[in-house]
Amino acid sequence: MISESVVDLSRLQFAVTAMYHFLFVPLTLGLSWLLVIMESVYVMTGKEVYKDMTRFWGKLFGINFALGVTTGITMEFQFGTNWAYYSHYVGDIFGVPLAIEGLMAFFLESTFVGLFFFGWDRLSKRGHLAVTVLVAIGSNLSALWILIANGWMQNPTGAEFNYQTMRMELSSFADIFFNPVAQVKFVHTVAAGYVTGSLFVLGISAYYMLKGRDLPFARRSFAIASGFGLASILSVIVLGDESGYEIGDVQKAKLAVIEAEWETHEPPAAFTLFGFPDQERQTTDYAVKIPYALGLIATRSVDEKITGIKDIIERNEQRIRDGILAYEALLKLRTGDDSAEVKDSFERYKSDLGYGLLLKRYHPEVSGATDEQIQQAARESIPRVAPMFWVFRIMVVFGFLMLFLFGITFYYCVRRQVQQRRWILRMALYSIPLPWLAAEAGWFVAEYGRQPWAIGEVLPTHLATSTLGVGDLIFSLAGFIGFYTLLLIAELYLMFKYARLGPSSLHTGRYHYEAGGGAVLAHQPQSRQDA
Amino acid sequence: MIFDYDMLKLIWWLFVGVLLIGFALTDGFDLGIGTLLPFLGRTDTERRIIINSVGPTWDGNQVWFITAGGAVFAAWPAVYAAAFSGFYIALMLVLFALFFRPVGFDYRSKVEDSRWRKAWDWGLFAGGAVPALVFGVAFGNLLQGVPFQYDDMMRPSYTGSFFGLLNPFALLAGVVSLTMLVMHGAVFLQVRTEGVVYARAKTAARIAGSIMIVAFALAGVWLYLGIEGYRVITMPLTDAMPNILGKTVERGAGAWLENYASYPLTMLAPVFGIAGAVLALMLSARDRPGTAFVFSGLSLAGVILTAGISMFPFIMPSSIRPDHSLIAWDATSSHLTLTWMFWATLLFLPIVIAYTAWVYHVMRGKVTAKMIEEKSHSVY
Repeated sequence: MISESVVDLSRLQFAVTAMYHFLFVPLTLGLSWLLVIMESVYVMTGKEVYKDMTRFWGKLFGINFALGVTTGITMEFQFGTNWAYYSHYVGDIFGVPLAIEGLMAFFLESTFVGLFFFGWDRLSKRGHLAVTVLVAIGSNLSALWILIANGWMQNPTGAEFNYQTMRMELSSFADIFFNPVAQVKFVHTVAAGYVTGSLFVLGISAYYMLKGRDLPFARRSFAIASGFGLASILSVIVLGDESGYEIGDVQKAKLAVIEAEWETHEPPAAFTLFGFPDQERQTTDYAVKIPYALGLIATRSVDEKITGIKDIIERNEQRIRDGILAYEALLKLRTGDDSAEVKDSFERYKSDLGYGLLLKRYHPEVSGATDEQIQQAARESIPRVAPMFWVFRIMVVFGFLMLFLFGITFYYCVRRQVQQRRWILRMALYSIPLPWLAAEAGWFVAEYGRQPWAIGEVLPTHLATSTLGVGDLIFSLAGFIGFYTLLLIAELYLMFKYARLGPSSLHTGRYHYEAGGGAVLAHQPQSRQDA
Repeated sequence: MIFDYDMLKLIWWLFVGVLLIGFALTDGFDLGIGTLLPFLGRTDTERRIIINSVGPTWDGNQVWFITAGGAVFAAWPAVYAAAFSGFYIALMLVLFALFFRPVGFDYRSKVEDSRWRKAWDWGLFAGGAVPALVFGVAFGNLLQGVPFQYDDMMRPSYTGSFFGLLNPFALLAGVVSLTMLVMHGAVFLQVRTEGVVYARAKTAARIAGSIMIVAFALAGVWLYLGIEGYRVITMPLTDAMPNILGKTVERGAGAWLENYASYPLTMLAPVFGIAGAVLALMLSARDRPGTAFVFSGLSLAGVILTAGISMFPFIMPSSIRPDHSLIAWDATSSHLTLTWMFWATLLFLPIVIAYTAWVYHVMRGKVTAKMIEEKSHSVY
């Protein structure tokens, strides 16, 4: 058996590396489209300022992109290095979207990003714009395939367990691709990325406006970011991830836990705005509830039932008992006893095999577990309530704060009064961290909320790791934390340096820190038609 | 399904080979150039010339590596699981070294400070040399068999140590892979540069290529005289459902050479490995870097195919439980997954190759000191 500390360290390492990776992904997703918008305006109007915008925000895009690529390599290989049993057990399905992501999306994005930076004077205006569009499409397709893979972990459709190969195998590619959980996740996640890109541009542009520098450049950037950002934050909120929570039992458990909904109520369900969930006593203290709201959020209706935690645990206990029967039949099949009786028993219970495997943590033989062990496994078949309850609310609050911010900046942008309202500019600047905090909170809810499963209802997390020693994990975790900290310092240093420098860093001779930069102009043959 | 299961298993052995060769041909010269960077570039401008010779294209090239990893995950999940967790510490070192590449390329020249730049240069060196060496060491260990086995839940466990990987034969294989990628990188630098960097690259190609030819030949002799191979004694039909534990395997001297005896045409792989390198060196010395690059690529393909063909159908033999070895017939995904992946690869890989070629075409020509100085703020 794998020791608990190896499982815990593996989970910690995955959480650290995945959440770190997602510091860079959303900005790439959003900024790539903002670059497309800016460059399109340049191609349509011929105004040089839009080219400078594309190039300057592109520079910051590049600083961020480098770390996105760096940390993405870790993700591609970590399943094999640290989750070998997972890879063996579900690689037949899970490997497919990852491989297609490489072939279809990552190649596209990475091949053309080089041309984006270096192709300015080797391509026509339209040609370069096409390259920028391809980078944006590539990075967004990349997100699509990764979220299809992740959606399958939450709701594993289109696959069947094969006792002869002792693993899950693909039964329908279409079911994997059109997995409804993956679809809502994709929309929610990329839109959150667009918000991140927008708030990044909005906040930094606000900084230039506060300093009174490079105003035409800053104002245009600010306007584009506030329009794109408003549309994006509306998409994030309206097309929230919650709509995916009615599909699959793991998702249902997640919903109940987020809401700290202990009992199954008759519809319509109320939304718990605030309270203190207590897992031991299975109750939420000081709950403040809004009638009807949960039913509307989760099921988009007022007449569907939302299952409460107590009922989920009770049902899981029965599934664990059935899972024991599935596991016993599997052992017989594996030793070559494929009599009709054994096969029947396996077929009948195999959908609960994963629940049987949950017991391995408490009773490695599975068969012959005591009632107490079964009840313990059932109680721990759902995630901890309090962290889910709180972190979800943090995400939602930040989401609404950003809606307010983009609403107000867009309003004053349209009325052309942003410049005079310094409190808006200051608010935009200091709000820059919000989308990152919200996105990390969202991933925490999605992935911590999947526990105790690596693959929902199929493979428990504690079985999914590699056969490694604690020393291996300490070595790698120390390496990740050390290198990632150094890289983050370098990244933030450059990001701040270039953000402060602003478009002057392009050395076009047209911006704040390069007054009288006519000499520099000579090096830039394309800057004839100044805007 | 147009193809039978056993046909697809064979095709996927070839496809993984194609992806690995694609990786060596493209990202391989980036790794080689990274290794050479601190030695061939004496001044900052020279180093920037070297970095910018691959600046616009290294990122796309690296995706060959990522995609090869993803394809192994999808087509050979058992190999992905057993090899990546078994070679854990070695892969972590590769990963940490690779961290220095994206940031090294992009961040290095964004700050004027010479200590900052030198630090990243050594980062790029490690990011090139460590993976190039470790990949060869990994192949050297595959050829000797890896100490791993399965339990009854089909969980792989590796029982060796990290230092066990660093045995003499594996290190020799590491020298082969490092020097062949350095040769490839040096020849590519000749294509993209002029003057003093060109001259130094020429010397580097000669040295690295010569070592590679000797090391590769030596490894061949060693394989012939001293390395036991593995052979399958009994196994289920090749189109059967993958059953890793359902075969019997024995170790034996000369087992790795049997494919060459049965299919003499496969001898072309080691021949290309050596002849390609010899021709590449001759052409490089005669200032024909373009043609030299083609032959250097041919040499890389020959070397990788030699490793693959020697072991076929083995992918990852187990030294402690030979029956648990992973072979091309039982380490694969299901028929349906191999079919989907076959079509995905057949559709996308040619498109990838086409646009990659176009990008190289757009960015063609020599990287010069004049260009670096003129565009100091927009190039790497």
